[in-house]
Amino acid sequence: MHLIEMDKVGIKRQGRWLIQNVSLTVNAGEIVTLIGPNGAGKSTTAKTALGVLKADAGSIRRKANLTVGYVPQKLAVDWTMPLTVRRLMSLTAKPAKAEIEAVLEKTGISHLINANVQQLSGGEYQRALLARAILRRPDLLVLDEPVQGVDYSGEIALYNLILKIREELNCGILLISHDLHVVMAQTDTVVCLNGHVCCSGEPQQVAASEAYKQLFGEAASNSLAIYHHHHDHSHLADGTIIPSKGDHGDCCNHG
Amino acid sequence: MDDFILRAMLAGTGLALVAGPLGCFVVWRRMAYFGDTMSHSALLGVALAFMLNINLMLGVLAVTITVSLCLLFLQKRGSLSTDALLGLLSHSALALGMVLIAFMSNIRFDLLSLLFGDILAVGMEDVVAIYACAAVILGLMYFLWRPLLASTVNRELAEAEGFNPDVTQLIFMVMMAAIIAIAMKIVGVLLITALLIIPAATARWFAKTPEQMAVLSSLIGIASVVLGLEGSLQFDSASGPSIVVASLCLFLLSLFASRLITGVLGKEQGL
Repeated sequence: MHLIEMDKVGIKRQGRWLIQNVSLTVNAGEIVTLIGPNGAGKSTTAKTALGVLKADAGSIRRKANLTVGYVPQKLAVDWTMPLTVRRLMSLTAKPAKAEIEAVLEKTGISHLINANVQQLSGGEYQRALLARAILRRPDLLVLDEPVQGVDYSGEIALYNLILKIREELNCGILLISHDLHVVMAQTDTVVCLNGHVCCSGEPQQVAASEAYKQLFGEAASNSLAIYHHHHDHSHLADGTIIPSKGDHGDCCNHG
Repeated sequence: MDDFILRAMLAGTGLALVAGPLGCFVVWRRMAYFGDTMSHSALLGVALAFMLNINLMLGVLAVTITVSLCLLFLQKRGSLSTDALLGLLSHSALALGMVLIAFMSNIRFDLLSLLFGDILAVGMEDVVAIYACAAVILGLMYFLWRPLLASTVNRELAEAEGFNPDVTQLIFMVMMAAIIAIAMKIVGVLLITALLIIPAATARWFAKTPEQMAVLSSLIGIASVVLGLEGSLQFDSASGPSIVVASLCLFLLSLFASRLITGVLGKEQGL
């Protein structure tokens, strides 16, 4: 039983398809990463999976009683609202005090428990948002650019934390990464979006490619992988698809 | 203390009790002008209530809820910006109310008391209605606090994690309409939002959590009502403006006090 199964889902706004024909599944314990350029529909896909946006085409099936933890791309708390990190943790649930302390310890921000969320740095805030989401013990964790505003070493630490969470909770993770370059080697499935699913598959296949080994060596494939984006087509400015010559792999089927 | 002062104090206290938490949401959600629009349309509600010979509060509730639903609908259609829509609805409702009142020459309206409140107009039945309303609103707030707060912080997050922001928003609107209906006699339609916003803004300086801010703004609201009504008796001024001036004084004082507090703390921390 999949946690979420999206089948040929489309979202239409003002006569324009934001995403079309998007199919993907997330299983328990699986990390599915969405990558793609700006405006590719990554956040739209995530919100559709969550049920925040209603699909205009296709169908979505969610496991019954699915508990979700969500880290949105933008979460600006108005400065008029006094909100400490401690209070943020119980925004949508009622965790015990010990649970809050444990999760802040895990995410490395326990010293900030009484800080105002508006005064956190970008990295600290992302950690707080992640802590809040996993505190719910979710079956499905949806992380929309969870490492934004985090420095490079913090980024690796956060990704390792996400892996640890997956092991502990055995939850499915739908992860959005803005840049095409860095995607976790431990990501189980990579879905490349550009209005539709351009490409999807295991990153290891890509990481095992000759070009990858030449650039980074085999050791690097244990922590970070470079996902090479082979297109069998290109896009015109209006999104029209032009096929191009090249290797196909398991990519691309614009039925 | 005279009976009418006691009634006014009781009514004002009940009102301030509810205005505290509700006002916090108005501030957090940046809905100050939305509140204004709803309360200005209350005058149209009064006029219609007299015309159709129905209960005054019911008339006000019906019109304010209708106006807020109109606004939500027009906002979704997205043809005009929100501030233009607010201005359009707010002033046309106010003007429509005034014109309708002018048509009913057989009834004598005390327009000033409708616009700015009148302590003398508060009867025992008003006090009862205010406390009944206050009890219902505070009860709803208690049970809906978490979803209300979550959808205020982030609507999509609240929806993704199992709340229904549309329903919460609708209930919030009805609560706003209700407080406008009960606040009309005390502060008047033009000044109701001040009673929602100023105590909340004052409380912001001293609160660490949303809950603290809600409770504090209730207390500050009650203090404003007591001080304002005293002043209104002293200077024979309309009750609404007197209460608002009192809350403004408290806000200015708090501004000074918070500067002092952060100054002292800053020195202790060597900043």
